[in-house]
Amino acid sequence: MSDATERSLTVDTGHAGADVAIASQWQLTWWAFRKHKLAIVGLWVIAFLYLISIFAEFVAPDNPSKQNRRAVYHPPQMIHFIDRTEDGISIRPYVWKMDRKRDPETLAITYVNSGDKIYLTLFGRGPAYKWWGLWKTDIHLFATEKSRDKFFIFGADRLGRDMFSRIVYGTRISMSIGLVGVVISLFLGVTLGGISGYYGGRVDAVIQRLIEFVLSLPTIPIWLALAASLPPDWPIYKQYFVITLIISLVGWTELGRVVRGRFLAMKNDDFVVAARLDGASEARIIFRHMLPSLTSHIIASLTLAVPLMILAETGLSFLGLGLTPPAISWGVLLKEAQNIISISQAPWLFIPGGFVVVAVLAFNFLGDGMRDAADPYGH
Amino acid sequence: MLWRYILKRIIWMIPFMFAVSVVAFLLIQAPPGDYLTTYIARLGESDEVMDQATIDNLRARFGLDRPLYVQYFKWVSNILVGDFGMSFEWRQPVSDLVWERMGLTMTLSFATLLFTWAVAFPIGVYSAVRKYSVGDYVATTIGFLGLATPNFLLALILMYIGVVYFGSDVGGLFSPEYKNAPWSWGKVWNLIEHLWLPMVVLGTSATASLIRIMRANLLDELNKPYVDTARAKGLSEFWLIMKYPVRVALNPFVSTIGWVLPNLVSGAVVTAIVLSLPTAGPLMLQALLSQDMYLAGAFVLLLSSLTVIGMLISDILLVLLDPRVRYE
Repeated sequence: MSDATERSLTVDTGHAGADVAIASQWQLTWWAFRKHKLAIVGLWVIAFLYLISIFAEFVAPDNPSKQNRRAVYHPPQMIHFIDRTEDGISIRPYVWKMDRKRDPETLAITYVNSGDKIYLTLFGRGPAYKWWGLWKTDIHLFATEKSRDKFFIFGADRLGRDMFSRIVYGTRISMSIGLVGVVISLFLGVTLGGISGYYGGRVDAVIQRLIEFVLSLPTIPIWLALAASLPPDWPIYKQYFVITLIISLVGWTELGRVVRGRFLAMKNDDFVVAARLDGASEARIIFRHMLPSLTSHIIASLTLAVPLMILAETGLSFLGLGLTPPAISWGVLLKEAQNIISISQAPWLFIPGGFVVVAVLAFNFLGDGMRDAADPYGH
Repeated sequence: MLWRYILKRIIWMIPFMFAVSVVAFLLIQAPPGDYLTTYIARLGESDEVMDQATIDNLRARFGLDRPLYVQYFKWVSNILVGDFGMSFEWRQPVSDLVWERMGLTMTLSFATLLFTWAVAFPIGVYSAVRKYSVGDYVATTIGFLGLATPNFLLALILMYIGVVYFGSDVGGLFSPEYKNAPWSWGKVWNLIEHLWLPMVVLGTSATASLIRIMRANLLDELNKPYVDTARAKGLSEFWLIMKYPVRVALNPFVSTIGWVLPNLVSGAVVTAIVLSLPTAGPLMLQALLSQDMYLAGAFVLLLSSLTVIGMLISDILLVLLDPRVRYE
């Protein structure tokens, strides 16, 4: 039997013989995970997005709420790196300066390339901000050389606010709402799923019916109804937490099912019976003996739950029932793209949607890879 | 046996529906204040003032002064005889407002469900049988993208393409000349012509997940000894796959209707708001925002029952499809 196990492990992990025999479970999991190329890509993308959200103030070149009447629907500007001047070619990033023109007949505003360059520098000076509310600085990841110039790599919205800066700040809220929501789901799912699987019988039946019930409810009408009951004048952080709570009320069911299934299967395993015979308390059996062997499964299910929450928040905010301005999330930004007139005039308002898709894809890839790797003895 | 099973499942729905109605009622009761407070506030904005006696009068007329459980039982017992109450905002019986919209919502949801199956089934079978082929990779990629794109984003992008490249507004379910016309064959045809866009928008994510489910299930079956046996006996490859493994793999596929339908109904709400379809979504959103509780409650209740009915259908189909599922 051990031969067979060893051979299949070799296949799954790409490591051979003696290595596999002495590797810890986490080591095996990591080896299996590493073979999943898409999952690794997902991991990098997610790490990158979280880095952006942690350093949002530093990454964003401008204040996300700063309105600019002279840049309404300013189109995106490409960053050019190779600078051709009379002195020759050098590497110096710049964008073309756009001039605002008003069409004499239709009075529509258009932007035309003026031929002037706006040079950019790394770690330049921009609007002052407080880093995590602690210390004050005005250094940004990149900025214009002359601080009077503005540039818009993702364009500007209807109030002339810099889309790039807004998306960077939106990343912070959208990416974190998934994490916070998942923590609440984790609590609900592990508690209810654990009780259901461990005790079985009538309790199990009741909790299973509850899960079926929650799963059969059409989520969006329910969310809408719940979200509509929030007073609109609440401060942002309060909105944020209640919206997270609402979203996570549905997210726990999947985790609850996974935990229950595992607990049912494990309940009569030798190590659990041994612990019970040793007189360990039930809490100790559950938390010390059973849950640790589930950790990797739980992490995988949680990773797959995050994208659902991101999508949910985006949808709610898009309808105007989730976060509302001045809060900035991807959904709030997409709300600007709601009417056809503004998007046919300014298709760059779709860019936050691209971020949603990329983040959700990354989480799905990562979660799939983790789920496959979660049980290195499984094959 | 089958009829007894179906009857049993229908009886099971009663406690379920009861729970749904309680949730719906609590939801519409959740906002602080009631329709009158919203109404008074709105009057206040235009400098109209109501005196307390009128307010009390109205409150009594709408039954808003009674305890919560009394209001609930009154609401439910009226619904049982088909009376959903009055819409505060429209000053019309709710049942006049909801049925046509619910009918369109149902048409849209079930049409999408059929569309989803029709697309996901062959693609799922293909990518399992031709595992790791170019087609499989294409299907998987599109599937992942479909899962990751929110419905409303897809709707917006399609609308954008429609306006910018084809110069036509693709929203709505009817052309202007049919919008308020009575039902006729021309109107039905017009509806079918407009239905495909919301169907594609709504169906994409469900199709994506169904393809993955079908593929995974079929892959599990394809390695089983009975497939080898059938092949050894010389059955043609097409019939071999269609007759045995596909039939087994179809079970989880059918049982997904239980959760695909709630998702479709949910998604339909958002999609309808973006594409301005005359279905339940936009009116429900408006009713929720103005605390028009009977109207909103009717929608939440009816949409939820739609999904409960979906579960019932999937259970019955499952029994018909697979004799091994016991009648319990």
